[in-house]
Amino acid sequence: MDFEAVVIGSSAGGLKALKTIILGLDKTFSIPIIVVQHMSPHSDSFMSRYFNQLSHLQVKEADEREPVRPSHMYLAPPNYHLLVEEDKTLSLSVEEKVNYARPSIDVLFESAAFAWGSRLIGIVLTGANNDGATGLKKITQAGGLAIIQSPETAEVPIMPISAIDNCPDAIILKLEDIPLFLNKL
Amino acid sequence: METPLNKDYNATNLTQNIEIELLIEAIYKRYGYDFRNYNKAHLKRRILFRTAALGLNSISELQHKVLHENDFFDLILKDFSINVTEMFRDPGFYATLRREVLPMLRTYPYVKIWLAGCSTGEEVYSFAIMIKEEGLYERTQIYATDFNPISLETARKGIYPISRIKDYTANYQMSEGKQSFSDYYVAHYESVIFNQDLRKNVVFAEHNLVTDSVFAEVHMVICRNVLIYFNKDLQNKVVRLFSESLVKGGFLGLGSKENLMFTDVVEQFTVVDGKEKIYKKKII
Repeated sequence: MDFEAVVIGSSAGGLKALKTIILGLDKTFSIPIIVVQHMSPHSDSFMSRYFNQLSHLQVKEADEREPVRPSHMYLAPPNYHLLVEEDKTLSLSVEEKVNYARPSIDVLFESAAFAWGSRLIGIVLTGANNDGATGLKKITQAGGLAIIQSPETAEVPIMPISAIDNCPDAIILKLEDIPLFLNKL
Repeated sequence: METPLNKDYNATNLTQNIEIELLIEAIYKRYGYDFRNYNKAHLKRRILFRTAALGLNSISELQHKVLHENDFFDLILKDFSINVTEMFRDPGFYATLRREVLPMLRTYPYVKIWLAGCSTGEEVYSFAIMIKEEGLYERTQIYATDFNPISLETARKGIYPISRIKDYTANYQMSEGKQSFSDYYVAHYESVIFNQDLRKNVVFAEHNLVTDSVFAEVHMVICRNVLIYFNKDLQNKVVRLFSESLVKGGFLGLGSKENLMFTDVVEQFTVVDGKEKIYKKKII
């Protein structure tokens, strides 16, 4: 099956986990990746610059009205929700926090499920709350593929456990196996 | 690839998109509020949230209530409004205004500032405080506008939950505030009330950026995190309205993820601060 996008949600411990995934991807991997990493509203753009240096993908903070393109990785800007429009452009919102978070993983996942349906992969990584569990379920309902980092490989297992509870059919992978899985697509 | 499961999902999704389009059209025809050029993902989220919260079976049922129950529309309007703002959001933006822009505005005998899409007023009180501290308040007129009369009512009152004050105080300090933030409000049980004199020179008024036109010539327009909800055509229409409202040499401040660069008016402005999205209308 041809997947058109990957959405990833991560929270506490996410920087390290995302780094492992980025470094594990083959140079030929070109499916667009969109990421919500929980962070302080006052964060600067360190993360996108750092990942951009590490990766063969173009890593950038998402801009509003930006079309989602191959070989790109988009990060939600601090203090904004990131959504995908059904024409596959990105949009931002400052609506209230969801699951105590802005950006919220559920907001990204739900809108991406509408946009890509069964051609979407959702991945929930390490974290200390339950953001992402509802959104991941929406991805599976749309026929998309759900992947969850195995709790024992997660720096903080609460978010993966909560996602597993909500999506029992999801594929559970050790962190280092996630990029290997993506490479085989 | 379609599995039986996602075939149903796709059909539901298609139906919902049609219903959303019809609802937005119905709202426009019945109430005059035009959401047709708003980004759809956000509206869909709000509409599905409200439909589920009321236990309705479909968006069509929601539309029925919108058309037949006048009071019900207030709730939908609130759902579609951006009611979440914070005081001194993005402190760097305010610090840059203090350093780069207010010294220029100080050269005018009288200053008019338009805060467009002021929502529940947090930004209005932030501006009033900043302008007061910079010695400009007595000769400044602030127009604070929003399309939602209920938000404006909250803005007029200037009463906010005390739980937010800790964050606001931190923002204020980072924005290079000059006093103690608590000088500006009185705490009362679970709320704080901002000082009356902060709104002495503020006019609160209903104005819809989508359907209304220029109402005054101003020296600065601030419109933050409103354009992110609009499609490209509507963004262009609204920035043209801002440009027409500004005096030559006037300033425009947008949200940190908004940009004039891809709009029709880019040639009419120079960049004062690219990171904080502050622009100046050219003299010629």
